[in-house]
Amino acid sequence: MAKVIGYVEVNTQRCKGCNLCVVACPTNVLELQPREVNDRGYHFVYMKNPDDCIGCANCGTVCPDGCLTVYKKKLG
Amino acid sequence: MNKSDIVSPENLVYQKPVLMNDNHMHYCPGCSHGVVHKLVAEVIDEMNIQDSTIGVAPVGCAVFAYNYLDIDWMEAAHGRAPALATAAKRMSPDKMVFTYQGDGDLAAIGTAETIHACNRGENIAIIFINNGIYGMTGGQMAPTTLDNMVTSTSPDGRDVQTMGNPLKILDILALLDGVCLASRQSVHTAAAVKKAKRYIRLAFENSMAGKGTSIVEIVSTCNAGWKMTPVDANSWMEENMFKVYPIGDLKNI
Repeated sequence: MAKVIGYVEVNTQRCKGCNLCVVACPTNVLELQPREVNDRGYHFVYMKNPDDCIGCANCGTVCPDGCLTVYKKKLG
Repeated sequence: MNKSDIVSPENLVYQKPVLMNDNHMHYCPGCSHGVVHKLVAEVIDEMNIQDSTIGVAPVGCAVFAYNYLDIDWMEAAHGRAPALATAAKRMSPDKMVFTYQGDGDLAAIGTAETIHACNRGENIAIIFINNGIYGMTGGQMAPTTLDNMVTSTSPDGRDVQTMGNPLKILDILALLDGVCLASRQSVHTAAAVKKAKRYIRLAFENSMAGKGTSIVEIVSTCNAGWKMTPVDANSWMEENMFKVYPIGDLKNI
């Protein structure tokens, strides 16, 4: 079991669905919404596998629109 | 463990820079401009110089940068940002002055201003976004366009016999005595973003230390102009752009 757990908060209205965070994630946590869209018509990103998140913030670092806020907490 | 246990200020590791406001950015999805905007905002915030920073954004996609970063901005005519920055820095030497230019701006119409500002060693920082085309006007061929690269004005690919060679402007600028930092970086991975940020900070520090002109070239993607998805554009850039524009320091003194 991972020693840290992370959480990615998505500003869904700001997200443009560019997919860069999805490929930047080392643990395949993120995915674009397959059907839902935001007000501008973009398939925004969401945490598909939230338990795998390690809070490395790679997604937030590569996000061109600053949509992602990343939290990290040590376990135990 | 549920969300409310993790989401609290003491666990925060990354957020949108405080100097970047909530205005929706006009850039296409996946555009490198957004990442570089964030880096500039983070560096200014870390150096705590938001009240004494002047950005100069000439024509290009980044012309609207003043809508997104809460610092002082000036608009220059196409390519003339280094000239305007020269004036601003000479009038107010205690201000941090930087330009934010694209390749069509810095390497085409603004070549003379850029070269002479660098040759005079003006104490400004130049952030140079090189994506190989004119992104704002619809993906036309720029001086920096690669050999055989298809653009809207070179639909059969750039023919160097008739259209000239890709202009490596940073290599030219690195030769000038007024330049103290000439570095080429990219923002396609998290590691590259962190490295590019260190160089932007170094450029800003050089400017305030009066060491001369610092240029940080960011080899970027223009996925809309290149007609690719953002992810494909990043891998195309790694395969093709990096051969002509290799990442690294050309000058760092």
